[in-house]
Amino acid sequence: MKRLLSLTALLLFVSVSFAQIKGREVPSVKIKNLDFEHVNTADVIQNGGDPIIISFWATWCSPCKRELNSIRDMYPDWQAETGVKLVAVSIDDARNINKVPTYVYGQGWEYDVLLDPNGDFKRAMNVNNVPHTFLIDGNGKVVWHHNSYQPGDEEELYRLVQALSNGEELEH
Amino acid sequence: MKAPLKILAAAILFPVLTNAQLNKQEDLGRITGNFEGIGQYYTYDPDIGTPRVPEKILFNGFSNINYTRGDFRAGVRYETYQNVLLGFSPLYEGSGLTYRYAGYSVGDLDVTVGNFYEQFGNGQILRAYEERSLGIDNAFDGARMKYNTNGVYLTALIGKQRWYFDKGPGIVRAGDAEVNLNELLGSVLNGPTRITLGGSVVSKYQEDNNINLTLPENTLAYGGRFLLQHKTLSLSGEYTYKFNDPNADNGYIYQTGEMLSVSASYARKGLGINLSAHTLDNMFFRSDRNNSSQFQDLFINYIPALTKQHTYNLMATLYPYATQPNGEMAFQADIVGRLKRGTWYGGKYGTSINVNYSIATAVERTPVEDVDPDLEGQRTGHRYNLFKPGTDENGDIDQYFGDFNIEVTRKLSKKWKTKVTYQHLVYNQEVIEGKPGVPNVVANLGVIEGLYKINSKNAIRTEFQGLFTEQDKGDWATVVIEYTRSPHWFVSVMDQYNYGNSDEEKRLHYPNVNVGYIQGPTRITLGYGRQREGIFCVGGVCRRVPASNGATISVSTTF
Repeated sequence: MKRLLSLTALLLFVSVSFAQIKGREVPSVKIKNLDFEHVNTADVIQNGGDPIIISFWATWCSPCKRELNSIRDMYPDWQAETGVKLVAVSIDDARNINKVPTYVYGQGWEYDVLLDPNGDFKRAMNVNNVPHTFLIDGNGKVVWHHNSYQPGDEEELYRLVQALSNGEELEH
Repeated sequence: MKAPLKILAAAILFPVLTNAQLNKQEDLGRITGNFEGIGQYYTYDPDIGTPRVPEKILFNGFSNINYTRGDFRAGVRYETYQNVLLGFSPLYEGSGLTYRYAGYSVGDLDVTVGNFYEQFGNGQILRAYEERSLGIDNAFDGARMKYNTNGVYLTALIGKQRWYFDKGPGIVRAGDAEVNLNELLGSVLNGPTRITLGGSVVSKYQEDNNINLTLPENTLAYGGRFLLQHKTLSLSGEYTYKFNDPNADNGYIYQTGEMLSVSASYARKGLGINLSAHTLDNMFFRSDRNNSSQFQDLFINYIPALTKQHTYNLMATLYPYATQPNGEMAFQADIVGRLKRGTWYGGKYGTSINVNYSIATAVERTPVEDVDPDLEGQRTGHRYNLFKPGTDENGDIDQYFGDFNIEVTRKLSKKWKTKVTYQHLVYNQEVIEGKPGVPNVVANLGVIEGLYKINSKNAIRTEFQGLFTEQDKGDWATVVIEYTRSPHWFVSVMDQYNYGNSDEEKRLHYPNVNVGYIQGPTRITLGYGRQREGIFCVGGVCRRVPASNGATISVSTTF
């Protein structure tokens, strides 16, 4: 019973307004970049006031690859028009981690790629399944996020990026 | 609820609540979390070998709740299994808080108490991780300290590992150091060459309560690693030595364990090549020597299969390789390249090609005649040679697995995208599944995938898959048709058909329908049908699922 009460308290607590990932800043977690150097997510997920897309993916996740490969062809235009930066966070573990650079370079991705082989950043962002995509505004706050990928989702995402870039406030 | 948990909850909640009442402007920190629940209604289906489920309905669910404020963080996870879904260990029984932690960073120092996950190097000496969808969670419960300065990264930890709603008997003490020479030496090494070195020590303690054998109560493992990068080339390696660790997995022999992994890569825009190999013997390393559970209980280390992780249904779920920690030698080559757009070979939009090859074999072993099998130091079982593959009684290489596959992806027009995949595989059922006296499965597989974008919101995706083999269950075919309406809906219909089974009664269909609704971070999926185990990708999400028959509802959300 006590356990139930405590849990209820916790659940009630999360219903208040600051209890959600939207509006939150990118947490500080130590993971690695594509060169296997230690980096702090809060330091490297920065874009000088322009929007940032964080996309959690894996080499074994087909929809993730479909999403990032579709954006690849439009990315130079997106960057030129809005200054947006895409950070692709691979959750591949030791089984596939050495194949991540192979895939990223082989596919000609120009994204910033981070490696999260033990799921530390994934846990900090409360991601259950990949793909999971977050949009960060110029103040470094999460303004939108989305689980899964359907062809066409990238257009909705880009509309939001354009809105941010035009200085529109997206609801936190 | 245990007393420490109450204190933790109070410590998190009270200051925040009080602050909230006093001053609304103050930084209250943030609470975030997630939830996932999967309920399944089971239909008894003896044809595919499902057991009877007396409860009819089974349910797995969990929720993480994390709190952060400045440099402070804390959180809990509640898990509930009523009762646990098929395919998971039945030891997941009931509900409770299975994970709680608090941590703080002060400058370069970071301290965590309670539960935590950790990985040293590539994990072959130590890795605590979670894979909720597979029921794997070997988190530590104890304390961890991390410190870094000028390119030197230090980690020290102590803890017992999670074992369902309890803890394993062994205490793990471990330390790791990694040095990035370029960061440490600064300008001295300023150039296109980067060097990182690392080393780990892991020790476990478990009381010797065996009445027949005198067992080592403390087992030590140590290892080193390096990473060398020069422009587009990189080379890395890791070696681990484990002192004798008699355990249920190796038949309580007093043999040492060793593992060596190497990886070499070349990568530039448009081309990536990776070659990897590992060789090992006697590397089962758990914090309970008596546990040999197939559910990956209490593993201190992690040894992944050095093979491609396929996602197409037939490739991923029928004959996937499982690594053999008691001894294997494996090699893998992976090449990803992009043919230029606007050329006759690359087409208007460019073409991507992925070629992958992997092979796993036994490691050479020579049996040792035990002088006195009960005497410590003499019960060694075998000697091994990590640099020679093992052979069978005919002198042929004892192959466990082999996979050659090639994947070509091409965008044909604005509306059409296609991907064609071919795979040839060799699968040793005797070793991987423990079935004695059956031949290796030699199979050819082909998949043609098409994606047609009707317009900016609607798309249809199809997969036609075939698996052709003389062995085991014979030939299979799978058809997948998926309709998606961005950003909210998907419907997917799939059928797997074992049309080539030599036993006509077993020529079964595995039909499956899934409907899903997505609203931002929330996804609700309804499914009905027969499912084989493996990585199951539907409606834009990949998840690992066990074999079953029935109706499924799953809800996943992040807040």
